[in-house]
Amino acid sequence: MKLRTLALTAALVAMPALGFAQDTPEIPVDVPTDVVWIFTTLLFLIAGFLVFFMACGFAMLEAGLVRSKNVTMQLTKNMGLFGFACLMYYLIGYNLMYPLGTWTVEGVLSGIWGVGLVEAVGVGADGVDDYGYASTASDFYFQMMFCAATASIVSGAVAERIKLWPFLIFVIVLTGVIYPLQGSWKWGGGFLDEAGFLDFAGSTVVHSVGGWAALVGVIILGPRIGKYKDGAVVPIMGSNLPLATLGVFILWLGWFGFNGGSQLAMGSIGDIADVSRIFMNTNMAAAAGALAALILTSVLYGKADLTMVLNGALAGLVSITAEPLTPTLAMAILIGAIGGIIVVFGVTLLDKLKIDDVVGAIPVHLFAGIWGTIAVVLTNSDASIGSQLYGIVVYAVVTVVLSGIVWFILKATMGIRVSEEDEIAGLDTTELGMEGYDIAKS
Amino acid sequence: MKLIIATIKPFKLEEVREALTSAGVTGMMVTEVKGYGAQSGHTEIYRGAEYSVNFVPKVRIEVVVSDDVVEAAMSAIETAAKTGKIGDGKIFVLPVEQAVRVRTGETGNDAI
Repeated sequence: MKLRTLALTAALVAMPALGFAQDTPEIPVDVPTDVVWIFTTLLFLIAGFLVFFMACGFAMLEAGLVRSKNVTMQLTKNMGLFGFACLMYYLIGYNLMYPLGTWTVEGVLSGIWGVGLVEAVGVGADGVDDYGYASTASDFYFQMMFCAATASIVSGAVAERIKLWPFLIFVIVLTGVIYPLQGSWKWGGGFLDEAGFLDFAGSTVVHSVGGWAALVGVIILGPRIGKYKDGAVVPIMGSNLPLATLGVFILWLGWFGFNGGSQLAMGSIGDIADVSRIFMNTNMAAAAGALAALILTSVLYGKADLTMVLNGALAGLVSITAEPLTPTLAMAILIGAIGGIIVVFGVTLLDKLKIDDVVGAIPVHLFAGIWGTIAVVLTNSDASIGSQLYGIVVYAVVTVVLSGIVWFILKATMGIRVSEEDEIAGLDTTELGMEGYDIAKS
Repeated sequence: MKLIIATIKPFKLEEVREALTSAGVTGMMVTEVKGYGAQSGHTEIYRGAEYSVNFVPKVRIEVVVSDDVVEAAMSAIETAAKTGKIGDGKIFVLPVEQAVRVRTGETGNDAI
């Protein structure tokens, strides 16, 4: 995606020479390249801090859906994973993901190794890295937030029984290697990009990767004690649904940056109009996902289930993420609504398979992510079902294998699960010695 | 003196309190409890998984009254707490041997 935009902005750079004499009336006003550069940079900064705020959304959602005895642990993991994601993306991730044409293995492995760098203090137009694009630090920042979001997806699924440090070590590998390596195959201009695989803002590159990593983790980790008893599913209630709801609204807000910023350009009428269109499509898909889950749970169970409605909104967002630009508003509603339906059946399906995903991260990010990636072919004529499926399978196989190896090594060496006694007592007191809701005792 | 223990539907508490006050009852103890009788439990669904709620939330009212007020207090509770649907609750009446007001040392009917 970045490469495509580079070519596009390169055309913009060439435009002043053409447009100056007004011999091209279809481009009545030239936007100076400085202004294009500044506005695109601004897009990354605004979209970047919106995506940053999604970390808060994930933390609140997860804190609300775990039991009160595990809340502090969940928040600690969210802070820790964000820190490690930023550090690893700085150390190797950014350059691993964006080789800018320099490959060790063509289209597969970046040729740029080492820490990500930013432009010098007070840099001028002649000194910037890419005058046709945006400031490197703004792009770096924006992409770093995406990397952190991938790790956040995993933490909710494996909640309430995983040890702190094995989880964080997994995050280190995920954000330093697994995510950026695979990201380079699409967004870094690698072989999947060459193969015509389309994923605008990351239904697969971000969400499915997080979802697959979570799925493998959950299977290796096993269900929480008491979740499946005598063949029946025993519901384990979340501790704070107001927090969970706040988290989902924050994620919804952050998603405008996630998808809108992925336009990767804001220096022309066309680009800012596209960003606006993406905002609308993103919003409609989320609304439709929430409504689909609301109606479906009401019909299926007799009563609406808020936790499913929350997952439904998120599934709508994930579904539209692979292609938030080309759908009409009506199509965005349809795509989001199907995501909401997928999530309701997905949660039940995982329970049937005794796969205990505490917050519904796998149905939301993986199942809806796959749907969204396929749905690209409905509205984007550049997409083909073959290349979409190719991309989905490649990300599935590689993420499952790599994350499986890491989870197994962690399990064999330091162990990933707390003891039965600690799990029943709660991770807050046993792993941390600090409780989330201590008001009654003080 | 009699102790009246009544378990009622929580949303009926305010009506029962008013009815008891009108019947001349000057004090009461109220506890939120869970339990079941003829209503037994019911099932709910959380994230697609059915579970049974065996204990239904109720409010338990305890009042100690003099013998001449017992009938009025019982009918006050019965009338105010009644919805006609299953789960309206029960009223029990037990004898009370003695009562003491801690502040003054009064005993018997004077203490209630």
